[in-house]
Parts: sequence; structure tokens; C-alpha cells
Amino acid sequence: MRVFENASYPFLDWRKRAYVISAVLILAGIAAMAVNYARIGSWMNYGVDFTGGTIVQLDFARPTSVEEIRAAAARAGHSDWEITRFGNADEFVVRMPSFEQEAGQDAGNRVAQALSQSYQQGAYDVVRTEAVGPKVGSELQLKALWAILLSFGATLIYLAFRFEWRFGMAAVIATAHDILITLGFLAATRTEISLGTVAALLTIVGYSLNDTIVVFDRIRENLHKPRRGSHLQLLNTSINETLSRTVLTGGSTLATLLALYIFGGPVIRDFALVLILGIIVGTFSSIFVAAPALFEIERRWPRAPQQGTARPTASARAGRATTAV
Amino acid sequence: MFQNLKVRVALILAVILVGVGFLYRNYQRPGPDGKPMRQIVTLGLDLQGGSHLALEIDESKVALAPEQRKDAIDRALKVVRTRVDELGVAEPVVQQAGNDRIIVELAGIHDEQRAKAVIQKTAFLTFQKVRPVTDLQPVLPRLDRAIAQATGAKAAPAPAAPAAQSPVGGIFQPAGGAQTDTASGAKPLSSKLAPASESEFVVAKKDIAAVERYLKLPVVQSLLPRGTELRWGFEEKGEEFRRLYLLESREMLTGEHLEQAQAQSDPQTMRPVVVFEMNRRGARLLQKATSANIGKQMAIVLDEKVYSAPTIQSEISDRGQIDLGGASLEEASDLALVLRAGALPAPLRVVEERTVGPSLGADSIEKGRLAGIIGVSMVVLMMIGYYRLSGLFAVLGLSVYVLLVLAGLAALDATLTFPGIAGLVLSIGMAVDANVLIFERIREELSAGRSARTAVTEGFQHALSAIVDSNLTTLITAMILYYAGTGPVKGFAVTLSIGLIASMFTAIFVTRTLFMLYVERRAAAQSLSI
Repeated sequence: MRVFENASYPFLDWRKRAYVISAVLILAGIAAMAVNYARIGSWMNYGVDFTGGTIVQLDFARPTSVEEIRAAAARAGHSDWEITRFGNADEFVVRMPSFEQEAGQDAGNRVAQALSQSYQQGAYDVVRTEAVGPKVGSELQLKALWAILLSFGATLIYLAFRFEWRFGMAAVIATAHDILITLGFLAATRTEISLGTVAALLTIVGYSLNDTIVVFDRIRENLHKPRRGSHLQLLNTSINETLSRTVLTGGSTLATLLALYIFGGPVIRDFALVLILGIIVGTFSSIFVAAPALFEIERRWPRAPQQGTARPTASARAGRATTAV
Repeated sequence: MFQNLKVRVALILAVILVGVGFLYRNYQRPGPDGKPMRQIVTLGLDLQGGSHLALEIDESKVALAPEQRKDAIDRALKVVRTRVDELGVAEPVVQQAGNDRIIVELAGIHDEQRAKAVIQKTAFLTFQKVRPVTDLQPVLPRLDRAIAQATGAKAAPAPAAPAAQSPVGGIFQPAGGAQTDTASGAKPLSSKLAPASESEFVVAKKDIAAVERYLKLPVVQSLLPRGTELRWGFEEKGEEFRRLYLLESREMLTGEHLEQAQAQSDPQTMRPVVVFEMNRRGARLLQKATSANIGKQMAIVLDEKVYSAPTIQSEISDRGQIDLGGASLEEASDLALVLRAGALPAPLRVVEERTVGPSLGADSIEKGRLAGIIGVSMVVLMMIGYYRLSGLFAVLGLSVYVLLVLAGLAALDATLTFPGIAGLVLSIGMAVDANVLIFERIREELSAGRSARTAVTEGFQHALSAIVDSNLTTLITAMILYYAGTGPVKGFAVTLSIGLIASMFTAIFVTRTLFMLYVERRAAAQSLSI
């Protein structure tokens, strides 16, 4: 079986269209973040990992609804608790903005106390608690930000070293593009941002770079061979040559992520969704964004022509022809 | 390199054997009960169930200079470790994180409330002489005046919001609404104290809050007789009052001098008590203290609460007991545990807590396993369907890959978390990448007309740079993830990193060896099942 064998799509000719699509997606994402800011006061829906607070996951023996639980909490004086359904029909998450660790008062106990008026003992189990103090929350925020910036920086340095700084810059642009679109998507869907989400984002950085580097490696190789055709054609050819690999690897990774999404349960589902989106966007950027970015960078900061390696391209010849006139 | 086929095969078999060895070692490793644990890889808290706690020194209760802080954390770490070890949890983790935090991870714990209580109890034990009530009574009028002045000046001060920490302890419970002092007038304090015996006052339950507030006023501290302090008795279950003692501030001895502490049932009262033994120095001090004070009372004070104040009948030298009132035997054992481990140098407070119940953990393992099997099967089908026989080689390489990753986790004693399983499944999808790069290259070489053997060699050669560069950059991000993450996220980063390294080995070395074995006999063949 063959896929995309001897492909020869003029990807770089389509780059202007790709820029438009990317711009639209990124702007839509920023708009979603702005809407969030107006609505809830922060760009994204941050989970307790970053805001501090407490989460208690309850597994009810019999079906109940978010409204019932919310009413029960309100009766006990806790109308600031956020109740959401979690995964299966009978699992709910109670989110409390406070992080109180008073003597003996455990998060689970507080919930039990509050709900004891409306639900009898044994109606539910506390299966999970996460309590994050405010100091730890803001620390995690900082760490997450650092992690993302650091990974960009480290990559830039590595690529500048192994390839050349132009490639490094183009790769970082392509990856930043992926992260922005993914964040926009998360903002629009108001997905809760947790440590797991940050892990997914960093994985996307890794994957997108991976993808981009494969294309760049081919470009690098083709640059060393005797040049036939314009530089643009070389870039096109490189992308086409790696196309089957890009699609196949993307496909196999997506297959495993789909398995995780469908069978992994609610805890992993959000994580898998972010990764699925990131990989689709990452594949798109490796084909339509990375090489065009490289092209634009090369145009803006052209390399000094090397002696005797490249034959003059048609456009250069045309240029000389006109100046000779 | 490694052109000799036999050497390559031998190396691969050796690596597989070492891998199996690590897994076997983990499988047979004895658990806390001495029997082999039968677990090939340590499971994280989110898969086993358990608690993760992060503790810091509670600066609101004690002020420490920066130099003292480091020492305090070091000592606290030792104390916490000793206490946790006695909790009977399998392989507890007690570590220092950064400069001022202690991380405790208790796998499989069922009662995290109790664990937290044991860990956080300051356990500062002192023996102090009790002063008779007649020492305080002359001072009471002056105290009353001072208190009336202090509280009268501000109109019924409302207590601080419940969430704020008051300077001394956090047990202050406002009665709700405006605070009006019942029956105060000119005798705010003395009207609430009733002498119950020569050495103790009692305060009615309803007045406890008010009296506590008064006692915290600095002017009260300065008016007490020199070298004394007022201390509450501990809360007895079901009692309608609390005792208040006037104690000499200078302690006769402290918990440092304790050698041993055991929970027992008092044969006379049939109630749980903690029996303790002093060490040599402690015995000497105790002997001196008791012989000089026969007939007087000595208070046993734990965390600034008086647990008992027995009268010294005769000189005691080396043992005594603490009566806990109506506490359960478990509470008594916990107290004994904590006394044995030593007092915390400073109070600790929980800044982060994550607990997963065991049912959720088991559920996660199941789901992870299912997703893993399905994901891997899909990848296997894709590889064989697309690359035929070569795909099979890749799949065999992938099996070695999975083994290596699990062995790597076992060798590093890393824990497998739920995101770690996701990382594993994901890395299988990505491990395929290295193979795909190679195979695509081989296909290109074949269509350019090269022989099977040359195509294989060239294919591996040219794909190498792409594989190394792309995997290394992903490895860099995985390592940054490790640094930035906690617990489950760290587990994900570790699995991903191990996976990347292992996939490079299997794709470049193992799969190639399989190819070489295959191509050996068909040297001039033009085609390859790929």
C-alpha cells in the first residue's frame, strides 16, 4: 500500500491561503480568550492547580443531578461551590474556592457535613480530593509558564546548533503557532486547565518540533545536493518527499490517542483531546507553516551566496538579465 | 558499526535479558509484610490510591529567622519520616522539596485524616509545676480591670473572619453574630472562672471562647505572677467545662528526655493511657523534680494543653503515664507514636493535598490497560498492513521496545502514574515514527533501483539524522516537563523520556538486525516486502 507516493503538491504556492487560515484560527482563539476574560476574569478556565482551592470528586450510588447537589450545598451555606458532572452519570466534582486546612477538617469531611442534610450516609463515596494552597497554586502557574518558554528556548538553541538559526526560528514560529491555536481552542471550549493540560501542551511542543524537524532535515539534505529548479521548488519537493511519513506517523499517533480518548475514562479524556488537537494542528503546521516560514525568513535575511555550490536559479538569472540591460 | 550479525543478535538478547532481570527483581521484591509484591513496576498514587501531602512550616504560629528555618526543616523531615515509617504504609515517600517544603506520599492509605493528624502533631511535651489557685486569685481584680478596659474601649470587637489565622492557634470559633459578653460588667474574667480544686479552675463551655480571647490579650500576660502562664486542660469528650491551670513557665523536663512511649489500657480505669519511660538524663531530672515537690502537682503538658496534673506522692524516677480521658486506643497509640518519634521543631501546615481512593485507582489501571491494548493493536495493524513483512519487523522491534520501557521504569525505580500510562501509549505511537522514517527511506532507495541490501543500508543511514534530531528535541521538552511537573506529570515525563531513548535503540538497532538477518540470504534481491 502506498500513500502520497510521488506526491508533488505545490504547498508553498498555497502558503498565502495557509497564512489566512492560521490567522483566522489564532484570532478566533484570542477572541475566545477575551470573551473569557470578560466573563470570568481570566483568559482561560484555570483549574485548582493554578488558582488554589479544593476539588472533591464524589461517586454517587444512585443518580442525582447537578442542580440537586448545588441546592444541597446552598442550603448548607455554600453557594460558592461549583458542582460539575464528571465523566460517568453518577460522578460529580465539587470545587471549593477555599483551601482550608483547619485542624481535623478535611475537604472530604467538609463536603460530607454540608451534604449530610440532604443525602444520607453512604449515598456517595469520596473518591478523590485535590487541595492546593494559594501559594502552591501561583508557584505552579509560574513553573508552567517557565516550562513552555524554556522548551522554546532550548529548542531554538539546539536547532541553531544542528541546522542553522533560520531553521530554528522557523521551527519555533511553527510550534508557537500550534500552541496558540490549541490554547484558543481550550479557551473557546472552556476546558479546565490543569497540570495535565500543561503536560499535554508540552507534549505538543515536542511532537510539533519532531514533525517540523523531519521536514527540515530533508530540506537540509536537499540543499546539499546539486540544485535543480528554484529554491521554492526545493522546499516543495522536501515537503512532498516527507509527506507519506508525516501522514503515517500522525495517523498512528492519532490512533493511539483516539484509543485513549474513547477508552481511557474522563480523567484521561481531556488530556487526550488536547493532544489530538495539537497533533492535527502540528501536522498542519509542519506542512503549511514551517517551510513557508523558513522561506520568508530566508527572503528577509538571505544567506550569503556560497562559492560554486548552487547553480544560479532561474529568477536570479532573470534578475541579472534585467540589470545587464 | 557492529557489522557482525552474531554480535548484534547477542547484544539484543543480552539487553532483553537484563530488562527481564529488572522486571523480575521488582516482581520478587518483598513488600512490608515480607512477601514478594508481585508488581513489575511501582504504581503511582493515582493508580494505587493514596495521599500526597506537601507541608511547610506554619509561619503564622511561629516566627523563624531564615537561618533557623533550614535547621527546622531538616529536623522536621527526620521527625516526619520516623512518624510516617510507623504508620505502616508500604514504601512511604518523605522528601524535602526545595528549601522549605516537605513532601509525604502515602500509598494505599485508608485513613488520610489520621495520617495528617499524626504528621502534623507538634508533640511538644513538657512537665511543669502547677501553682495553686491562690496564686492567681489576688491578681484577678487587676486582670478584670485591664480586660474591661481593653474590651470596653472597642465596642464589642467582632472576631476576625474565620479564614484568617489568629496569632495563637486556630481553634477560635466565634459564636456567630455580634459578640456580647454575658454577665461581664466589672468582672469579665473572674466571673467565668470557678476554682474546682486547689490547683485548677474550670470554665463553662459557653464561656470558653470569651475567656480564650481575654487570655490572648498581651496585657493579661504581663499581669500574671512572674514566671507563670495559664494553660487549658485538654478537651475531654462529653464534658461541659474545661479546666484552666496556672503553671510555672520553666519546664522541669521535656519530651526530649523520653526514651519510650507505649499505649496501654490502664488496669484501674480501663481507659487507654500512654505509658512513658525516661532516658537516663530524664530520669535524673524527674527524680530531682519529684523529690523536691512531694505533695505538689506536676502538670504533663502536650502542645500547650495540660493532659493530667497528678500529685507527686513519692519520688518517681523513670516512668509515668498520661491519661487521655475518653480517647480510643488508636488515639493513644498515635500519641505514643508521636512521642516516640520526637517533637516537631516547628508546627507544620499542609499546603497541598491530593488523595485518590483505591477504587478510582483500580479503575484507572483497567482503563489504561484497555486503551493501551487497543491503541497498540491499531498501530500493529497499521504497520503490518502498510509495510507488510517489514511492518512485522517493526512490530517485533516494538515488543522489545515495550519491554525496555517497562524495564527502564523498573530499573530507575520510577513510579508509573496514570498520565504515565498515557505517555507509554503515546510513545508507542511515536516510536512508530522512527520506523516509518527508515522504511520510507528504504522505499525511496528501492524505487531508485538499488538492491535490497543496499537500500536497507542507505535507508538506515539517511534516516538516522532525522531520527536523532527529532527525538532529541522531544527529549528536551520531556526533561523540562520533568523539572516543571509534580507527581503524575513527572511520571508522564519519565515514561516519555525512557520511551524516546528506547525507541531509538529498537528502531535503529533491533529492527535493523532483523532486516540484516532477512537480507542475508537474499543479497541480490531487488524487492523487499515493504
